[in-house]
Amino acid sequence: MSTSATSNRRDFLKDSGKWILLTGAATLAWDFVAEGAPEQAPNYHAIDHWWGMIIDIEKCIGCGNCVRACKAENGVPMTDDAFRTWVERYVVMPDEPDKPIVDSPNGGYDGFVNLKQYGDGAKVFFVPKMCNHCAHSPCVQVCPVGATFESPDGVVLVDKTRCLGCRYCVQACPYGCRYIDPRTETVDKCTLCYHRIAKGLTTACCETCPTGARVLVDLKNPKDPIHEFMRTHKVNVLKPQMATGSKAYYNGLDGAVR
Amino acid sequence: MHGVQGFMYPNELELQWSILIVLYPYLTGLVAGAFILASLERVFNVAAVKPTYRLALLTALAFLIVAPLPLQMHLGHPERSWEMYVTPHTTSAMAMFGFVYLWYLMVVLVLEIWFDYRRELVVTWRASTGLKRQFYGVLTLWSDNISPEALAIDHKLGGILTVVGIPSAFLLHGYVGFIFGSIKANPWWSTPLMPVVFLFSAIVSGIAAVMLIYMVTSKLRKTEISMLCVDTIAKYLYYAFIVDFTLEMLDLIHRLYVADESLLALDFMVKTKLFYSQIVIQILIGTAVPLALLASVQFVHWSAAARKAIYSIAGVLIMIGIFAMRWNVVIGGQLFSKSFLGYTTYKLDFATKEGMLPALVFLIMPFLILWGLVKILPPWEPDATDAGALRHGTSTGA
Repeated sequence: MSTSATSNRRDFLKDSGKWILLTGAATLAWDFVAEGAPEQAPNYHAIDHWWGMIIDIEKCIGCGNCVRACKAENGVPMTDDAFRTWVERYVVMPDEPDKPIVDSPNGGYDGFVNLKQYGDGAKVFFVPKMCNHCAHSPCVQVCPVGATFESPDGVVLVDKTRCLGCRYCVQACPYGCRYIDPRTETVDKCTLCYHRIAKGLTTACCETCPTGARVLVDLKNPKDPIHEFMRTHKVNVLKPQMATGSKAYYNGLDGAVR
Repeated sequence: MHGVQGFMYPNELELQWSILIVLYPYLTGLVAGAFILASLERVFNVAAVKPTYRLALLTALAFLIVAPLPLQMHLGHPERSWEMYVTPHTTSAMAMFGFVYLWYLMVVLVLEIWFDYRRELVVTWRASTGLKRQFYGVLTLWSDNISPEALAIDHKLGGILTVVGIPSAFLLHGYVGFIFGSIKANPWWSTPLMPVVFLFSAIVSGIAAVMLIYMVTSKLRKTEISMLCVDTIAKYLYYAFIVDFTLEMLDLIHRLYVADESLLALDFMVKTKLFYSQIVIQILIGTAVPLALLASVQFVHWSAAARKAIYSIAGVLIMIGIFAMRWNVVIGGQLFSKSFLGYTTYKLDFATKEGMLPALVFLIMPFLILWGLVKILPPWEPDATDAGALRHGTSTGA
């Protein structure tokens, strides 16, 4: 038997395995995903999407699943000062609505304790935070070498092979979403799990949220529930006065949230 | 622990810009200020400051050479910084730094110094032998035409460069202010006044630095300090300082009166974490005292010895005060959370990459470079009162 016949059979088995193991769309993208460039997959057209996220504060229970999933999925340093996503707990006393007491121990990674310490009169809620993937990102504007950029599908990404580590973008982000990865000496932030969404999956934080408080949305998809949600809910973005074109849409956002 | 009071976003716990970034506006400010002082003589014909003209240019060059080094040291990937030249991101204020810096260094300062020194360089080249001859040959670019016509062209071109240099000096430092002033996320920085405040504080610090260097070098060379010169410099220093102080107070009063949501955080910070560096060092010791000292000279007839003492003390206090101002802008702007709900602490290490030791090295380095430049390009005039002597054949004395 010739070598090429063996090879062909092996290729056939590999390809069949892929088809059996994966669905059609993901299989088409497989080679590109394996190369670390899922956006180049033939069946993923970046221009057809405009990604964002709905964060429903009224559904968040502060379990920290999203923080843990994010750190695990994306290899975020396990320190208390590096987060792609984190959860804040707000305690607002009725007589001081503009002076909330806020904490986020270890970014909410371990969940929250002492829920009752402020008494029954306090309004307590959780606010998951992440990169807002702004359409007019201050971080993109200030990067001196264009290492931070907006992808055609509305995701703010960092090219770590070009980042100087000057930290200007960290200063420019109004939401505190960026940190320096000590292993690479470059900036790091939420990628909206780009390696997953380009394969048709949702983000790690949305995947693991037990209450559906976080939902990945595609604003260019007319069938996406986001459109109905925006019509029927009072939705806001963080710090709207910054006019950054934020695409993290919060439902039930209290005025005390900063 | 991170020394946090209240709430900071988790990614804010560590400060991003250290003392090295404090040095950057401080050093570039000295460059711009020294150049403005030099241009007083050249463009505005203030003959009294002639003894400091060349010294000011060399001072500006010495500080400009060092200015980007703390930035390089701070970068996570300094080996990639050249990418700012080859693939600059045009919407980034920081990307323009490389171009503004190169323009200022090569087109303005180096060319102006070269035209101004060309005659002496050629004379030294011709008079020397061996390695020294080759060295000065390189400095002249092997152009030995020092005919009166050629020198007249040098003089004219030098004048044009100074005229171009003034807006360039304004650009160099105003732009540094813009880097901070354009960050809308940070209310401590975000004000259109920032470039103007930076510019005038730069002029103040640069003039004070050259005045001090002139007085110290005169002392070391055992030559008489021209009182007409230092009196004139002190007068301009006083005027520039009044404008600088007015602008800073305008900024402060505006913040207090407008009292937007950031005021509580900023007000608390000034009263606690920045109390010593801002209220005591910057405003009282670094501004009020030297301003009063300089004002006293305008209204009281002090003796020459007393005036020298006053200028020395005022100069040193100004240098400290402007450093404190840079510190309060850069470090102060990172001590509070962008949530306005908490504060962190800056811990200055000593012998680390971004510690006090490299900062001290970068502060001393310009003086060593200046010493070298003065050896190569002696800025002293044979007779300070005879401004035309150099252009008529007498050789320079080191």
